[in-house]
Amino acid sequence: MGETFYIFKDGELRRKDNNIIIESLEGEKKNLKAEVAEEIYLFGEISMNTKLLNYLSQLKIILHVFNYYGFYSGSFYPRESNVSGYLLVNQVRKYDNSEERLRIAKEILKAASYNIYRNLRYYNGRGTDLANPMREIQSLTNRLDLCTSISELMGTEGNIRKTYYSSWNLIFKEELFDKRVKRPPDNMVNSLLSFTNSLIYTTVLSEIYKTQLNPTISFLHQPGAKRFSLCLDIAEIFKPLIGERMIFSLINKNQITEDDFDRDSNCLYLKDSAKRTILMEYDKRLKRTILHRDLGREVSYKYLIRLECYKLIKDIIGEKEYSGFKIWW
Amino acid sequence: MKKITGMMIYYYFVCHRKLWFFNNDLTMEHNSELVSIGKLIDETSYSREKKNILIEENINIDFIKDWKVIHEVKKSRKIEKASEWQLKYYLFLLKEKGIEIEKGILDYPLLRKREEVFLSDEDINKLKEVIKSIEEILGEKRPPQMTKKQICNKCAYYELCHI
Repeated sequence: MGETFYIFKDGELRRKDNNIIIESLEGEKKNLKAEVAEEIYLFGEISMNTKLLNYLSQLKIILHVFNYYGFYSGSFYPRESNVSGYLLVNQVRKYDNSEERLRIAKEILKAASYNIYRNLRYYNGRGTDLANPMREIQSLTNRLDLCTSISELMGTEGNIRKTYYSSWNLIFKEELFDKRVKRPPDNMVNSLLSFTNSLIYTTVLSEIYKTQLNPTISFLHQPGAKRFSLCLDIAEIFKPLIGERMIFSLINKNQITEDDFDRDSNCLYLKDSAKRTILMEYDKRLKRTILHRDLGREVSYKYLIRLECYKLIKDIIGEKEYSGFKIWW
Repeated sequence: MKKITGMMIYYYFVCHRKLWFFNNDLTMEHNSELVSIGKLIDETSYSREKKNILIEENINIDFIKDWKVIHEVKKSRKIEKASEWQLKYYLFLLKEKGIEIEKGILDYPLLRKREEVFLSDEDINKLKEVIKSIEEILGEKRPPQMTKKQICNKCAYYELCHI
């Protein structure tokens, strides 16, 4: 698997011979090992030129850009090189068939809510009483099966998330989280959620890029809703495992506290040092491996995302019905 | 119908599923380290020869010596039978065009070995059958069923097949 580089420094990113180097304002140079690089995340203020972009495109390296506040701005997504007209036509057909679309969307949410349930079960086994939200989420999950439209599914999902979020203060053992607020987030937990969700989104995008799936055609979310909506679909499944578990651990271990935010910004602005802590932890989690039951191989959490893409491909070509990833260990 | 390429013949003898996926542009090779190594071997070996002779878009011969001997470069002998047929197919196509090639040679630069390949009348008949069979596989709406083989473990499609 290729490497991911996270760049916080301000400076210049450029092609130097057959390499990519970052030169900071102080003149410090670092080689990004172009041969093995797969993704580059930019958090600092970086200047670059088309020569670099052309080179990135040639090597199929994705560049994700975050703004000053740590919000995701966008990606430089090199020319699609894995294209299959055959798959695209069938992906669109799947989407266009309301029964099929509903089946896949349901499967995505069932997996996502199961993973949410597992997070609660984990903390429930560690001395926090979460029996009530667990029960509630279970019954809401069962209700997913009865939904007959995407909007109904979305409504039920909203309720699952609401129940889930309402139990977070029990996990933190502190009143940190009231309710999910976006655009802009209004407290520490909301800011963390926004930040990690955008990281997961970019990771999913990078994995979809390596397959022939088209990232704009989604099943649960409305396609092309100003974003690569298939990323949102797949991210739904992995947010509990990769993002939310990380948030619980970061807060409970005091790795991130309110001091890591700029208070005057109403906890909107995450300090650089905190972003670094989160990214190190995030990267570590993506690299974490488990023995995959069906494959009989060690796979990383990040690779689980790619496998999800493969399962969707197999459903789209009519080979095997998609079943969403559920935490099994 | 697409023209039958040397790659298709090769895949036919390796795995019918792989052939089907490949033909529908569901390629996985870009994720495979082994494939990158193969590519590197192709680029770095026999640099004095005139390489990659494209004939009518469907066959890409690694290199030709005096229009008498054609060469195909491979990394290992693990799937030698498929490589032989790929080369035989080249010999067959050239023969149909009236170009009489003496023989084919499979080169294994890493092993420092080579293997000679000839085209018999029997082979020609077999190739005609294979071509028909390939056309049938490619016409299928779904990929052929999986059969677990030893080589699956090193295949770039392993995860796609087994998930």
